[in-house]
Amino acid sequence: MKYREFAKVLECVRIGNDIFSLKLAAEQIASAAKPGQFVSVYANDSARLLPRPISVCEADVRSGILRLVFRIAGAGTREFSRLEEGERVMLVGPLGNGFPLERAEAKRVFLIGGGIGIPPMLELAKRLTSADGEGTGSFSMLELAKRLRVCDGEGDAEDQAERAVDVKAVLGYRDERFLLEDFPCETVVATEDGSFGTRGTVLDAIRAHGLTADVIYACGPIPMLRALKQYALESGTECWLSMEEKMACGIGACLSCVCRSAEIDEHSQVKNKRVCTEGPVFLSTEIEL
Amino acid sequence: MTTHNMSVDLCGVRLKNPVMTASGTFGSGIEFSSFFDLNRLGAVVTKGVSSVPWEGNPTPRICETPSGMLNAIGLQNPGFDVFAKRDLGFLEETLRPDEGSSGIGTKVIVNVCGHSEEEYVDCVTKLAAEKRADLLEINISCPNVKEGGIAFGTDPKGVERITSVIRKIARQPVIMKLSPNVTDITEIAKAAQAGGADALSMINTLTGMKIDVERRAFALANKTGGLSGPAIHPVAVRMVYQCAKAVQIPIIGMGGIRTAADALEMLMAGATAVSVGTASFHDQTTALSVIDGIREYLERHQIADVRELIGCVE
Repeated sequence: MKYREFAKVLECVRIGNDIFSLKLAAEQIASAAKPGQFVSVYANDSARLLPRPISVCEADVRSGILRLVFRIAGAGTREFSRLEEGERVMLVGPLGNGFPLERAEAKRVFLIGGGIGIPPMLELAKRLTSADGEGTGSFSMLELAKRLRVCDGEGDAEDQAERAVDVKAVLGYRDERFLLEDFPCETVVATEDGSFGTRGTVLDAIRAHGLTADVIYACGPIPMLRALKQYALESGTECWLSMEEKMACGIGACLSCVCRSAEIDEHSQVKNKRVCTEGPVFLSTEIEL
Repeated sequence: MTTHNMSVDLCGVRLKNPVMTASGTFGSGIEFSSFFDLNRLGAVVTKGVSSVPWEGNPTPRICETPSGMLNAIGLQNPGFDVFAKRDLGFLEETLRPDEGSSGIGTKVIVNVCGHSEEEYVDCVTKLAAEKRADLLEINISCPNVKEGGIAFGTDPKGVERITSVIRKIARQPVIMKLSPNVTDITEIAKAAQAGGADALSMINTLTGMKIDVERRAFALANKTGGLSGPAIHPVAVRMVYQCAKAVQIPIIGMGGIRTAADALEMLMAGATAVSVGTASFHDQTTALSVIDGIREYLERHQIADVRELIGCVE
């Protein structure tokens, strides 16, 4: 279900160089959103016609609060960065498919974020690690794992569940760090300038720490996604990538935001998939990078 | 309370109201049907379909411009067979034949594109068997495909020829969609009329270009794209006015309509109906507020029939 919601701004703060955190009272969207989904944010300046797609950073079903973290990329996002408490902004969402959480069950999981691809990994980390869904949405991976174990009748449910999902966030920054303290799981950091963590890329950090995983969820710049696709292929790791493309409608009608797919797509009948509808999350082998 | 007639006659087809969607901005309505009841529209105009699937252009395909946008989608479409089964099938299920107080159902206008005369003919021939296609709109004006599209739409002789070829084989009324990227659009309108067109749609997008100065690169992979949105509305109104004076066939006015006032301008300039396009990206329910706004205007000015407004400005 997609909602059109005139959300109230609760807080808009700068958390990094050109990076802003926007908290909104958006009950319907916050309740329905899954990690990896996005919302269309509409400018209040009507000369800016098109919505800006921004990923869900946090969505709290209990408080109805939606958190978006974005980088100023142009006039529209600059307008959003100047929003003040009490102002309103039109949203449509949640949009897109989101990360398939069920693939993490009983697995070692990497959540890999690069730059402004880090925000969607936060809600994913929270859902995968919270025992009771507290402070997050309606779905807890651990809760699912517990239930599965109970059904299987394998030993102590709680004990099994604690080991059910092993989550590590691997975060790549240019230099300045943001959102790092918010992650509820173990984090590994790479910085381009070496000012913190491993100098280099997220893959450099993974190798430096000798880490391995069964499943990768990632969002970030195309060169990072391309390297992860290759890494996943070589290491035989299941890899889910969140893509970005310029959008107009955000709901699947205009065909602006397509990416190249490996096979002929059922909807398009050509090798194009809509990032807003079939994505933004794709299995790495599904798409051309 | 007096009733205010909203229905119009478009080349022999009765529309419950004069408001439809512009091809390419609405898909086949599937995605918009979760935001409003499509049965409220005068007509749904579907995204261009060709006889075989088209890949379209590389990305980025769109960029925003002041009060507008450029697009170079390149008429990506799944081809006739899938369109007929999935999209027309959806509209057949969704649209009720005699919806509302007018007793007139929402009509379906199928937009057709082609690279060659043969492709247009193939698609129009197949559409003859599709009873859910009430009218055909022929796109001879897309600026974003190298062959076909606009190549057919900028030369009066070419326009007359392709129109007469299609008119001979089409079972439904034929609407020719005109390009504004010509010196004198009335010449093109007259050529379409001479070829037997039942109506005209105008305008398609204006060819434009945007350069990203930070990256020193074109904003669109295709370099050029079609400009749409409120920025082009005055150009569209002027062209509708000129063509309404030059031809006798009805005109569907489009180009930058966002409000009822924008739509009323088109009607007063001589359009029989209007299409809401890019504004649906800004607000999915724009077409509905345009319909409601026209009705409110009739009430406020105590005008019994919306048809009184068509071409009322001399």
